[in-house]
Amino acid sequence: MILLETEALTRAYGGVIAVNKVDFSVEGGLITGLIGPNGAGKTTLFNNITGLDTPSSGKVLFNQKDITGFPAHTICRMGIARTFQNIRLFKELTVVENVMIGRHFKTGKSETKGRFFNAINSYIRLKAEEEQIYERASDWLDFFDMGSMKNELAKNLPYGRQRELEIARALATDPKLLFLDEPAAGMNPQETDHLMATIRKIRDLGITIVLIEHDMKLVMNICDTITVLNYGQKLAQGTPRQIKHDPSVIEAYLGKEEE
Amino acid sequence: MFNFFLLILIYSGIYALMALGQNIITGYGGMLSLTQAGFFAIGSYATAILTTRFGWSFWGTLPVAFLLSALFGLLIGLPTLRLKGDYLAIATLGFGEIVRNVLNNWDSLTNGPMGIQKIPMPILFGYTINPYKKYAFLIMIFIFVLIAYLLFQRLARSRMGRALTAVREDEIAAQAMGINITKYKVYAFILGASVAGIAGSLQATFTLSVTPGTYTFMVSVMVLCMVVLGGMGNFKASILGAFIIQLISYFPQLTGLSGSIPAQFQQILFGLILVVMMIWRPQGILGRETRRYGGAAGNGKGGAQ
Repeated sequence: MILLETEALTRAYGGVIAVNKVDFSVEGGLITGLIGPNGAGKTTLFNNITGLDTPSSGKVLFNQKDITGFPAHTICRMGIARTFQNIRLFKELTVVENVMIGRHFKTGKSETKGRFFNAINSYIRLKAEEEQIYERASDWLDFFDMGSMKNELAKNLPYGRQRELEIARALATDPKLLFLDEPAAGMNPQETDHLMATIRKIRDLGITIVLIEHDMKLVMNICDTITVLNYGQKLAQGTPRQIKHDPSVIEAYLGKEEE
Repeated sequence: MFNFFLLILIYSGIYALMALGQNIITGYGGMLSLTQAGFFAIGSYATAILTTRFGWSFWGTLPVAFLLSALFGLLIGLPTLRLKGDYLAIATLGFGEIVRNVLNNWDSLTNGPMGIQKIPMPILFGYTINPYKKYAFLIMIFIFVLIAYLLFQRLARSRMGRALTAVREDEIAAQAMGINITKYKVYAFILGASVAGIAGSLQATFTLSVTPGTYTFMVSVMVLCMVVLGGMGNFKASILGAFIIQLISYFPQLTGLSGSIPAQFQQILFGLILVVMMIWRPQGILGRETRRYGGAAGNGKGGAQ
Protein backbone atom coordinates (compact mmCIF):
# COMPACT_ATOMS: atom_id res chain seq x y z
CA MET A 1 0.00 0.00 0.00
CA ILE A 2 1.32 3.43 -0.94
CA LEU A 3 1.36 5.61 2.18
CA LEU A 4 2.87 8.75 0.71
CA GLU A 5 3.28 9.93 -2.81
CA THR A 6 4.49 13.04 -4.57
CA GLU A 7 3.26 13.85 -8.07
CA ALA A 8 5.64 15.91 -10.23
CA LEU A 9 6.76 17.81 -7.14
CA THR A 10 8.80 20.87 -8.09
CA ARG A 11 10.49 23.47 -5.94
CA ALA A 12 12.28 26.32 -7.67
CA TYR A 13 14.18 29.10 -5.91
CA GLY A 14 14.28 31.75 -8.59
CA GLY A 15 16.18 30.15 -11.45
CA VAL A 16 17.50 27.24 -9.40
CA ILE A 17 15.28 24.21 -9.59
CA ALA A 18 16.10 22.29 -6.43
CA VAL A 19 13.51 19.60 -6.96
CA ASN A 20 12.34 18.96 -10.47
CA LYS A 21 9.12 17.02 -11.17
CA VAL A 22 9.88 14.27 -8.71
CA ASP A 23 7.49 11.34 -8.37
CA PHE A 24 8.44 9.84 -5.05
CA SER A 25 6.46 7.13 -3.36
CA VAL A 26 6.68 5.46 0.01
CA GLU A 27 5.31 2.01 0.62
CA GLY A 28 3.71 1.54 4.03
CA GLY A 29 5.62 -0.59 6.53
CA LEU A 30 8.95 -0.44 4.71
CA ILE A 31 12.18 1.48 5.15
CA THR A 32 12.75 3.73 2.16
CA GLY A 33 16.14 5.25 1.48
CA LEU A 34 16.63 8.56 -0.29
CA ILE A 35 20.16 9.02 -1.58
CA GLY A 36 22.02 11.24 -3.98
CA PRO A 37 25.09 13.45 -4.17
CA ASN A 38 25.26 16.68 -2.15
CA GLY A 39 22.85 19.30 -3.45
CA ALA A 40 20.65 16.72 -5.17
CA GLY A 41 17.53 18.11 -3.45
CA LYS A 42 16.96 15.42 -0.85
CA THR A 43 16.43 17.74 2.10
CA THR A 44 14.39 20.13 -0.04
CA LEU A 45 12.12 17.23 -0.93
CA PHE A 46 11.76 16.41 2.79
CA ASN A 47 10.97 20.03 3.63
CA ASN A 48 8.33 20.22 0.92
CA ILE A 49 6.64 17.07 2.09
CA THR A 50 6.69 18.02 5.78
CA GLY A 51 5.36 21.53 5.21
CA LEU A 52 8.44 23.54 6.15
CA ASP A 53 8.62 24.68 2.55
CA THR A 54 5.88 25.03 -0.07
CA PRO A 55 6.23 23.34 -3.45
CA SER A 56 6.23 25.55 -6.56
CA SER A 57 4.07 22.97 -8.28
CA GLY A 58 3.08 19.35 -7.99
CA LYS A 59 1.26 17.49 -5.29
CA VAL A 60 1.91 15.63 -2.06
CA LEU A 61 -0.54 12.87 -1.23
CA PHE A 62 -0.63 11.23 2.18
CA ASN A 63 -3.05 8.31 2.49
CA GLN A 64 -4.52 9.47 -0.84
CA LYS A 65 -5.26 12.85 0.73
CA ASP A 66 -3.81 15.98 -0.86
CA ILE A 67 -1.66 17.71 1.79
CA THR A 68 0.26 20.05 -0.52
CA GLY A 69 1.04 23.36 1.13
CA PHE A 70 -0.42 22.45 4.52
CA PRO A 71 1.37 24.15 7.42
CA ALA A 72 4.02 22.03 9.15
CA HIS A 73 2.12 21.65 12.41
CA THR A 74 -0.95 20.32 10.61
CA ILE A 75 1.12 17.80 8.69
CA CYS A 76 2.74 16.66 11.93
CA ARG A 77 -0.68 16.23 13.51
CA MET A 78 -1.74 14.06 10.56
CA GLY A 79 1.03 11.60 11.39
CA ILE A 80 4.22 12.66 9.63
CA ALA A 81 7.16 13.34 11.95
CA ARG A 82 10.74 14.22 11.10
CA THR A 83 14.23 14.87 12.40
CA PHE A 84 16.72 17.36 11.04
CA GLN A 85 20.08 17.15 9.34
CA ASN A 86 21.62 19.66 11.74
CA ILE A 87 20.17 18.67 15.09
CA ARG A 88 17.35 20.97 16.14
CA LEU A 89 16.67 20.14 19.76
CA PHE A 90 15.20 22.56 22.27
CA LYS A 91 18.62 23.01 23.83
CA GLU A 92 17.67 24.82 27.02
CA LEU A 93 14.94 22.31 27.87
CA THR A 94 15.55 19.04 29.63
CA VAL A 95 15.59 15.71 27.83
CA VAL A 96 12.16 14.69 29.04
CA GLU A 97 10.68 18.11 28.24
CA ASN A 98 11.93 17.80 24.68
CA VAL A 99 10.00 14.58 24.29
CA MET A 100 6.97 16.00 26.10
CA ILE A 101 6.79 18.73 23.44
CA GLY A 102 6.23 15.96 20.94
CA ARG A 103 3.11 14.97 22.90
CA HIS A 104 1.89 18.56 22.95
CA PHE A 105 -0.93 18.35 20.44
CA LYS A 106 -2.13 15.00 21.75
CA THR A 107 -3.67 16.77 24.73
CA GLY A 108 -5.92 19.73 25.32
CA LYS A 109 -8.17 18.66 22.46
CA SER A 110 -11.27 19.02 24.58
CA GLU A 111 -10.56 22.74 24.82
CA THR A 112 -12.95 23.30 21.97
CA LYS A 113 -15.81 21.20 23.29
CA GLY A 114 -17.40 21.55 26.68
CA ARG A 115 -15.45 24.65 27.58
CA PHE A 116 -17.60 25.46 30.57
CA PHE A 117 -17.20 22.11 32.23
CA ASN A 118 -13.50 22.22 31.59
CA ALA A 119 -13.20 25.63 33.16
CA ILE A 120 -14.33 24.03 36.41
CA ASN A 121 -12.37 20.83 36.39
CA SER A 122 -9.47 22.07 34.27
CA TYR A 123 -6.98 22.04 37.10
CA ILE A 124 -7.56 18.39 37.86
CA ARG A 125 -7.64 17.59 34.17
CA LEU A 126 -4.44 19.53 33.50
CA LYS A 127 -2.63 17.67 36.22
CA ALA A 128 -3.79 14.31 34.93
CA GLU A 129 -2.88 15.36 31.42
CA GLU A 130 0.61 16.47 32.43
CA GLU A 131 1.17 13.15 34.15
CA GLN A 132 0.01 11.30 31.07
CA ILE A 133 2.34 13.28 28.81
CA TYR A 134 5.17 12.65 31.21
CA GLU A 135 4.50 8.90 31.31
CA ARG A 136 4.41 8.59 27.54
CA ALA A 137 7.55 10.67 27.18
CA SER A 138 9.30 8.46 29.72
CA ASP A 139 8.29 5.37 27.78
CA TRP A 140 9.94 6.72 24.67
CA LEU A 141 13.08 7.61 26.59
CA ASP A 142 13.20 4.07 27.96
CA PHE A 143 12.88 2.80 24.41
CA PHE A 144 16.14 4.60 23.69
CA ASP A 145 17.63 3.58 27.01
CA MET A 146 17.82 7.21 28.11
CA GLY A 147 15.61 7.00 31.18
CA SER A 148 18.41 8.07 33.50
CA MET A 149 19.05 11.30 31.58
CA LYS A 150 15.58 12.77 31.92
CA ASN A 151 16.59 15.90 33.75
CA GLU A 152 19.75 16.69 31.81
CA LEU A 153 19.60 19.74 29.60
CA ALA A 154 19.40 18.60 25.99
CA LYS A 155 22.47 20.66 25.04
CA ASN A 156 24.61 18.73 27.54
CA LEU A 157 24.04 15.32 25.94
CA PRO A 158 26.74 13.64 23.87
CA TYR A 159 26.27 14.00 20.14
CA GLY A 160 24.99 10.50 19.43
CA ARG A 161 22.46 10.82 22.24
CA GLN A 162 21.24 14.13 20.85
CA ARG A 163 20.49 12.41 17.55
CA GLU A 164 18.57 9.69 19.38
CA LEU A 165 16.69 12.25 21.44
CA GLU A 166 15.56 13.94 18.26
CA ILE A 167 14.18 10.63 17.03
CA ALA A 168 12.49 10.04 20.39
CA ARG A 169 10.88 13.46 20.19
CA ALA A 170 9.59 12.74 16.69
CA LEU A 171 8.23 9.35 17.78
CA ALA A 172 6.38 10.95 20.67
CA THR A 173 3.97 12.45 18.13
CA ASP A 174 2.80 8.90 17.30
CA PRO A 175 3.64 9.18 13.61
CA LYS A 176 2.62 6.77 10.88
CA LEU A 177 5.52 7.99 8.81
CA LEU A 178 8.92 9.05 10.11
CA PHE A 179 11.42 11.07 8.09
CA LEU A 180 15.04 10.85 9.22
CA ASP A 181 17.41 13.37 7.68
CA GLU A 182 20.95 11.91 7.84
CA PRO A 183 20.50 10.15 11.18
CA ALA A 184 24.01 8.66 11.11
CA ALA A 185 25.85 11.87 10.24
CA GLY A 186 28.89 12.25 12.48
CA MET A 187 28.49 8.86 14.15
CA ASN A 188 31.29 6.34 14.58
CA PRO A 189 30.82 2.74 13.28
CA GLN A 190 29.60 1.40 16.65
CA GLU A 191 27.06 4.18 16.98
CA THR A 192 25.93 3.58 13.41
CA ASP A 193 25.40 -0.14 14.10
CA HIS A 194 23.39 0.75 17.17
CA LEU A 195 21.35 3.21 15.10
CA MET A 196 20.60 0.55 12.50
CA ALA A 197 19.24 -1.75 15.18
CA THR A 198 17.12 1.11 16.52
CA ILE A 199 15.69 1.94 13.11
CA ARG A 200 14.70 -1.69 12.64
CA LYS A 201 13.05 -1.67 16.06
CA ILE A 202 11.06 1.41 15.06
CA ARG A 203 9.96 -0.27 11.84
CA ASP A 204 8.82 -3.28 13.84
CA LEU A 205 6.48 -0.96 15.75
CA GLY A 206 4.65 -0.51 12.46
CA ILE A 207 6.06 2.90 11.62
CA THR A 208 7.06 3.56 8.04
CA ILE A 209 10.50 5.15 7.72
CA VAL A 210 12.07 7.32 5.06
CA LEU A 211 15.71 8.22 5.54
CA ILE A 212 18.28 10.37 3.81
CA GLU A 213 21.75 8.99 4.37
CA HIS A 214 25.23 9.15 2.94
CA ASP A 215 26.50 6.11 4.81
CA MET A 216 26.09 3.46 2.08
CA LYS A 217 26.65 0.59 4.45
CA LEU A 218 23.66 1.67 6.49
CA VAL A 219 21.48 2.41 3.48
CA MET A 220 22.23 -0.85 1.67
CA ASN A 221 21.78 -2.82 4.88
CA ILE A 222 18.47 -1.65 6.17
CA CYS A 223 16.53 -0.10 3.30
CA ASP A 224 13.91 -2.18 1.55
CA THR A 225 13.74 0.23 -1.33
CA ILE A 226 15.90 3.15 -2.45
CA THR A 227 15.21 6.26 -4.49
CA VAL A 228 18.13 8.15 -6.02
CA LEU A 229 18.00 11.89 -6.71
CA ASN A 230 20.50 13.84 -8.79
CA TYR A 231 20.30 17.53 -9.74
CA GLY A 232 16.75 17.62 -8.39
CA GLN A 233 15.53 14.81 -10.59
CA LYS A 234 14.70 11.23 -9.81
CA LEU A 235 17.41 9.04 -11.25
CA ALA A 236 16.39 5.58 -10.16
CA GLN A 237 14.20 3.65 -7.79
CA GLY A 238 14.53 0.03 -6.72
CA THR A 239 15.88 -2.47 -4.26
CA PRO A 240 19.40 -1.96 -2.84
CA ARG A 241 20.70 -4.65 -5.22
CA GLN A 242 19.19 -2.97 -8.29
CA ILE A 243 20.48 0.45 -7.23
CA LYS A 244 23.99 -0.85 -6.63
CA HIS A 245 24.22 -2.06 -10.20
CA ASP A 246 22.35 0.74 -11.91
CA PRO A 247 24.79 2.37 -14.36
CA SER A 248 23.18 5.81 -14.12
CA VAL A 249 23.58 5.78 -10.33
CA ILE A 250 27.20 4.74 -10.57
CA GLU A 251 27.75 7.54 -13.05
CA ALA A 252 26.15 10.11 -10.76
CA TYR A 253 28.35 9.11 -7.87
CA LEU A 254 31.63 8.21 -9.55
CA GLY A 255 31.47 9.88 -12.96
CA LYS A 256 31.44 8.34 -16.40
CA GLU A 257 34.00 5.76 -17.38
CA GLU A 258 36.38 6.90 -20.13
CA GLU A 259 36.08 4.93 -23.35
CA MET B 1 11.22 59.28 54.09
CA PHE B 2 9.32 56.15 54.99
CA ASN B 3 6.40 57.46 52.98
CA PHE B 4 8.73 57.82 50.05
CA PHE B 5 9.78 54.21 50.37
CA LEU B 6 6.12 53.17 50.22
CA LEU B 7 5.80 55.18 47.03
CA ILE B 8 8.71 53.24 45.54
CA LEU B 9 7.04 49.99 46.55
CA ILE B 10 3.78 51.02 44.88
CA TYR B 11 5.57 51.91 41.67
CA SER B 12 7.49 48.66 41.91
CA GLY B 13 4.17 46.84 42.03
CA ILE B 14 2.78 48.68 39.01
CA TYR B 15 5.94 48.05 37.03
CA ALA B 16 6.12 44.46 38.25
CA LEU B 17 2.78 43.81 36.53
CA MET B 18 4.22 45.12 33.28
CA ALA B 19 7.42 43.15 33.81
CA LEU B 20 5.42 39.94 34.29
CA GLY B 21 3.78 40.59 30.94
CA GLN B 22 7.10 41.39 29.33
CA ASN B 23 8.50 38.16 30.73
CA ILE B 24 5.88 36.01 29.04
CA ILE B 25 6.60 37.80 25.75
CA THR B 26 10.39 38.06 25.95
CA GLY B 27 11.46 35.57 28.61
CA TYR B 28 9.24 32.72 27.45
CA GLY B 29 8.30 33.59 23.88
CA GLY B 30 11.73 35.01 23.03
CA MET B 31 10.22 38.01 21.27
CA LEU B 32 12.00 41.31 21.78
CA SER B 33 9.01 43.59 22.09
CA LEU B 34 8.99 47.21 23.23
CA THR B 35 5.27 47.80 23.45
CA GLN B 36 4.60 47.85 27.17
CA ALA B 37 4.47 51.68 27.38
CA GLY B 38 1.77 51.68 24.69
CA PHE B 39 -0.46 49.19 26.49
CA PHE B 40 0.26 50.93 29.79
CA ALA B 41 -1.01 54.17 28.26
CA ILE B 42 -4.10 52.50 26.80
CA GLY B 43 -5.00 51.08 30.21
CA SER B 44 -4.44 54.42 31.94
CA TYR B 45 -6.49 56.41 29.50
CA ALA B 46 -9.29 53.85 29.47
CA THR B 47 -9.66 54.33 33.21
CA ALA B 48 -9.14 58.09 33.10
CA ILE B 49 -11.69 58.72 30.35
CA LEU B 50 -14.35 56.31 31.60
CA THR B 51 -14.22 57.57 35.20
CA THR B 52 -14.08 61.30 34.47
CA ARG B 53 -16.32 61.54 31.41
CA PHE B 54 -18.78 58.76 31.99
CA GLY B 55 -18.74 58.48 35.75
CA TRP B 56 -17.77 54.81 35.82
CA SER B 57 -16.23 53.39 38.97
CA PHE B 58 -12.59 52.33 38.87
CA TRP B 59 -13.55 48.66 39.14
CA GLY B 60 -15.78 48.91 36.12
CA THR B 61 -12.96 50.32 34.03
CA LEU B 62 -10.52 47.53 34.88
CA PRO B 63 -12.03 44.93 32.55
CA VAL B 64 -12.25 47.58 29.82
CA ALA B 65 -8.56 48.42 30.24
CA PHE B 66 -7.81 44.71 30.19
CA LEU B 67 -9.84 43.93 27.07
CA LEU B 68 -8.82 47.05 25.18
CA SER B 69 -5.11 46.31 25.71
CA ALA B 70 -5.68 42.69 24.77
CA LEU B 71 -7.43 43.78 21.58
CA PHE B 72 -4.55 46.09 20.67
CA GLY B 73 -2.15 43.31 21.55
CA LEU B 74 -3.92 41.12 19.01
CA LEU B 75 -3.98 43.87 16.37
CA ILE B 76 -0.29 44.65 16.81
CA GLY B 77 0.72 41.05 17.28
CA LEU B 78 -0.76 39.61 14.10
CA PRO B 79 1.21 41.73 11.60
CA THR B 80 4.45 42.22 13.57
CA LEU B 81 5.08 38.69 14.79
CA ARG B 82 6.46 37.71 11.41
CA LEU B 83 9.45 39.82 12.37
CA LYS B 84 12.25 38.66 14.59
CA GLY B 85 14.80 40.17 16.94
CA ASP B 86 15.77 43.78 16.27
CA TYR B 87 13.16 44.16 13.55
CA LEU B 88 10.37 43.23 15.92
CA ALA B 89 11.78 45.65 18.51
CA ILE B 90 11.70 48.52 16.02
CA ALA B 91 8.19 47.73 14.80
CA THR B 92 6.78 47.44 18.32
CA LEU B 93 8.64 50.56 19.43
CA GLY B 94 6.75 52.37 16.69
CA PHE B 95 3.47 51.26 18.22
CA GLY B 96 4.31 52.83 21.58
CA GLU B 97 5.15 56.11 19.93
CA ILE B 98 1.95 56.06 17.87
CA VAL B 99 -0.13 55.61 21.01
CA ARG B 100 1.64 58.48 22.76
CA ASN B 101 1.23 60.79 19.80
CA VAL B 102 -2.44 59.95 19.42
CA LEU B 103 -2.97 60.74 23.10
CA ASN B 104 -1.07 63.98 22.66
CA ASN B 105 -3.10 65.14 19.70
CA TRP B 106 -6.61 63.77 20.10
CA ASP B 107 -7.68 66.82 22.13
CA SER B 108 -11.41 66.12 22.15
CA LEU B 109 -10.97 62.75 23.83
CA THR B 110 -7.71 62.93 25.76
CA ASN B 111 -7.39 66.65 26.42
CA GLY B 112 -4.01 66.57 24.64
CA PRO B 113 -0.80 67.39 26.49
CA MET B 114 -2.78 68.80 29.42
CA GLY B 115 -3.88 65.30 30.29
CA ILE B 116 -6.86 64.30 32.40
CA GLN B 117 -7.14 65.28 36.05
CA LYS B 118 -9.46 64.51 38.96
CA ILE B 119 -9.66 60.78 38.41
CA PRO B 120 -11.71 59.44 41.33
CA MET B 121 -10.15 57.21 43.95
CA PRO B 122 -11.18 53.57 43.95
CA ILE B 123 -13.87 52.65 46.46
CA LEU B 124 -14.17 49.12 47.78
CA PHE B 125 -17.19 48.19 49.96
CA GLY B 126 -17.62 51.82 50.93
CA TYR B 127 -13.96 52.22 51.86
CA THR B 128 -11.99 54.70 49.78
CA ILE B 129 -8.55 53.46 48.88
CA ASN B 130 -6.79 56.78 49.18
CA PRO B 131 -3.48 56.99 47.29
CA TYR B 132 -2.26 59.67 49.71
CA LYS B 133 -2.50 57.20 52.57
CA LYS B 134 -0.33 54.69 50.88
CA TYR B 135 -0.86 51.51 52.92
CA ALA B 136 -4.25 50.49 51.56
CA PHE B 137 -3.14 51.27 48.05
CA LEU B 138 0.03 49.27 48.48
CA ILE B 139 -1.96 46.25 49.63
CA MET B 140 -4.31 46.56 46.68
CA ILE B 141 -1.44 46.75 44.19
CA PHE B 142 0.26 43.75 45.67
CA ILE B 143 -2.91 41.70 45.55
CA PHE B 144 -2.97 42.41 41.82
CA VAL B 145 0.70 41.46 41.49
CA LEU B 146 0.12 38.26 43.45
CA ILE B 147 -2.86 37.22 41.33
CA ALA B 148 -0.99 37.97 38.11
CA TYR B 149 2.05 36.10 39.37
CA LEU B 150 0.07 32.99 40.31
CA LEU B 151 -1.79 32.95 37.01
CA PHE B 152 1.34 33.41 34.94
CA GLN B 153 3.26 30.88 36.97
CA ARG B 154 0.59 28.26 36.39
CA LEU B 155 0.43 29.10 32.75
CA ALA B 156 4.17 28.74 32.41
CA ARG B 157 4.03 25.33 34.00
CA SER B 158 1.28 24.11 31.74
CA ARG B 159 1.65 22.80 28.22
CA MET B 160 1.36 26.37 26.99
CA GLY B 161 4.52 27.45 28.82
CA ARG B 162 6.36 24.48 27.40
CA ALA B 163 5.09 25.18 23.90
CA LEU B 164 6.16 28.83 24.13
CA THR B 165 9.61 27.79 25.30
CA ALA B 166 9.85 25.44 22.36
CA VAL B 167 8.91 28.26 20.00
CA ARG B 168 11.64 30.40 21.54
CA GLU B 169 14.25 27.67 21.32
CA ASP B 170 13.63 26.62 17.74
CA GLU B 171 10.64 27.74 15.69
CA ILE B 172 11.20 25.26 12.89
CA ALA B 173 11.48 22.28 15.20
CA ALA B 174 8.45 23.45 17.18
CA GLN B 175 6.41 23.61 13.98
CA ALA B 176 7.56 20.17 12.97
CA MET B 177 6.43 18.88 16.39
CA GLY B 178 2.87 19.99 15.72
CA ILE B 179 2.93 23.32 17.54
CA ASN B 180 1.04 26.16 15.90
CA ILE B 181 3.71 28.81 16.45
CA THR B 182 1.67 31.81 15.29
CA LYS B 183 -1.08 30.95 17.73
CA TYR B 184 1.25 30.77 20.71
CA LYS B 185 3.14 33.92 19.80
CA VAL B 186 -0.10 35.87 19.53
CA TYR B 187 -1.34 34.38 22.84
CA ALA B 188 1.83 35.52 24.58
CA PHE B 189 1.51 38.97 23.08
CA ILE B 190 -2.12 39.34 24.16
CA LEU B 191 -1.37 38.18 27.69
CA GLY B 192 1.56 40.54 28.03
CA ALA B 193 -0.48 43.42 26.67
CA SER B 194 -3.52 42.87 28.85
CA VAL B 195 -1.58 42.79 32.10
CA ALA B 196 0.15 46.04 31.11
CA GLY B 197 -3.32 47.49 30.57
CA ILE B 198 -4.23 46.59 34.14
CA ALA B 199 -1.00 48.21 35.34
CA GLY B 200 -1.97 51.35 33.42
CA SER B 201 -5.36 51.39 35.05
CA LEU B 202 -3.78 51.19 38.50
CA GLN B 203 -1.29 53.90 37.61
CA ALA B 204 -4.13 56.25 36.61
CA THR B 205 -6.00 55.74 39.83
CA PHE B 206 -2.84 56.11 41.89
CA THR B 207 -1.59 59.38 40.41
CA LEU B 208 -5.20 60.62 39.95
CA SER B 209 -4.16 62.29 36.72
CA VAL B 210 -2.70 61.15 33.42
CA THR B 211 -0.59 63.01 30.88
CA PRO B 212 0.89 61.60 27.67
CA GLY B 213 4.39 62.53 28.89
CA THR B 214 4.34 59.61 31.35
CA TYR B 215 4.18 56.94 28.66
CA THR B 216 7.44 57.44 26.85
CA PHE B 217 9.71 54.96 25.18
CA MET B 218 11.81 54.91 28.39
CA VAL B 219 8.98 53.07 30.17
CA SER B 220 9.23 50.15 27.73
CA VAL B 221 13.00 50.11 28.04
CA MET B 222 12.79 50.15 31.83
CA VAL B 223 10.37 47.22 31.83
CA LEU B 224 12.65 45.27 29.53
CA CYS B 225 15.59 46.07 31.84
CA MET B 226 13.64 44.71 34.79
CA VAL B 227 13.08 41.39 33.05
CA VAL B 228 16.68 41.10 31.88
CA LEU B 229 18.11 42.15 35.23
CA GLY B 230 15.97 39.73 37.23
CA GLY B 231 16.39 36.85 34.83
CA MET B 232 14.44 35.97 31.70
CA GLY B 233 11.94 33.17 31.97
CA ASN B 234 11.44 33.57 35.70
CA PHE B 235 8.41 35.44 37.06
CA LYS B 236 9.80 35.91 40.57
CA ALA B 237 12.84 37.50 38.98
CA SER B 238 10.66 39.94 37.03
CA ILE B 239 9.16 41.21 40.28
CA LEU B 240 12.59 41.46 41.87
CA GLY B 241 13.92 43.26 38.81
CA ALA B 242 11.04 45.73 38.98
CA PHE B 243 11.86 46.53 42.59
CA ILE B 244 15.59 46.99 41.99
CA ILE B 245 15.13 49.21 38.95
CA GLN B 246 12.59 51.36 40.77
CA LEU B 247 14.93 51.66 43.75
CA ILE B 248 17.74 52.76 41.47
CA SER B 249 15.65 55.27 39.59
CA TYR B 250 14.65 56.95 42.87
CA PHE B 251 18.12 56.60 44.33
CA PRO B 252 19.01 60.33 44.20
CA GLN B 253 15.78 61.38 45.95
CA LEU B 254 16.03 58.53 48.43
CA THR B 255 19.48 59.56 49.57
CA GLY B 256 18.56 63.24 49.56
CA LEU B 257 21.16 63.92 46.91
CA SER B 258 18.72 64.91 44.15
CA GLY B 259 20.19 68.41 44.30
CA SER B 260 23.71 67.29 43.46
CA ILE B 261 23.01 64.23 41.26
CA PRO B 262 21.55 65.19 37.88
CA ALA B 263 18.42 63.38 36.68
CA GLN B 264 20.32 61.81 33.80
CA PHE B 265 22.35 59.92 36.37
CA GLN B 266 19.80 57.10 36.57
CA GLN B 267 20.08 56.38 32.87
CA ILE B 268 23.85 56.12 33.21
CA LEU B 269 23.33 53.76 36.11
CA PHE B 270 20.87 51.58 34.11
CA GLY B 271 23.36 51.29 31.32
CA LEU B 272 26.17 50.47 33.71
CA ILE B 273 24.12 47.78 35.45
CA LEU B 274 23.18 46.14 32.17
CA VAL B 275 26.78 46.12 30.96
CA VAL B 276 28.00 44.63 34.24
CA MET B 277 25.21 42.02 34.15
CA MET B 278 26.00 41.01 30.58
CA ILE B 279 29.62 40.41 31.53
CA TRP B 280 29.23 38.59 34.83
CA ARG B 281 25.74 37.19 34.95
CA PRO B 282 24.03 37.19 31.54
CA GLN B 283 21.23 34.92 32.80
CA GLY B 284 20.07 37.61 35.24
CA ILE B 285 20.11 37.66 39.04
CA LEU B 286 17.91 34.61 39.52
CA GLY B 287 18.35 33.00 36.13
CA ARG B 288 15.87 30.96 34.16
CA GLU B 289 13.54 28.67 36.00
CA THR B 290 13.98 25.03 35.05
CA ARG B 291 11.59 22.28 36.00
CA ARG B 292 12.63 18.92 37.27
CA TYR B 293 10.52 15.89 36.68
CA GLY B 294 11.06 13.04 39.06
CA GLY B 295 8.26 10.56 38.56
CA ALA B 296 4.55 11.26 38.64
CA ALA B 297 4.58 12.73 42.15
CA GLY B 298 7.21 15.31 41.35
CA ASN B 299 5.37 16.14 38.20
CA GLY B 300 2.15 16.76 40.07
CA LYS B 301 3.93 19.12 42.42
CA GLY B 302 5.13 21.12 39.46
CA GLY B 303 1.53 21.77 38.48
CA ALA B 304 0.56 23.32 41.81
CA GLN B 305 1.29 27.03 41.61
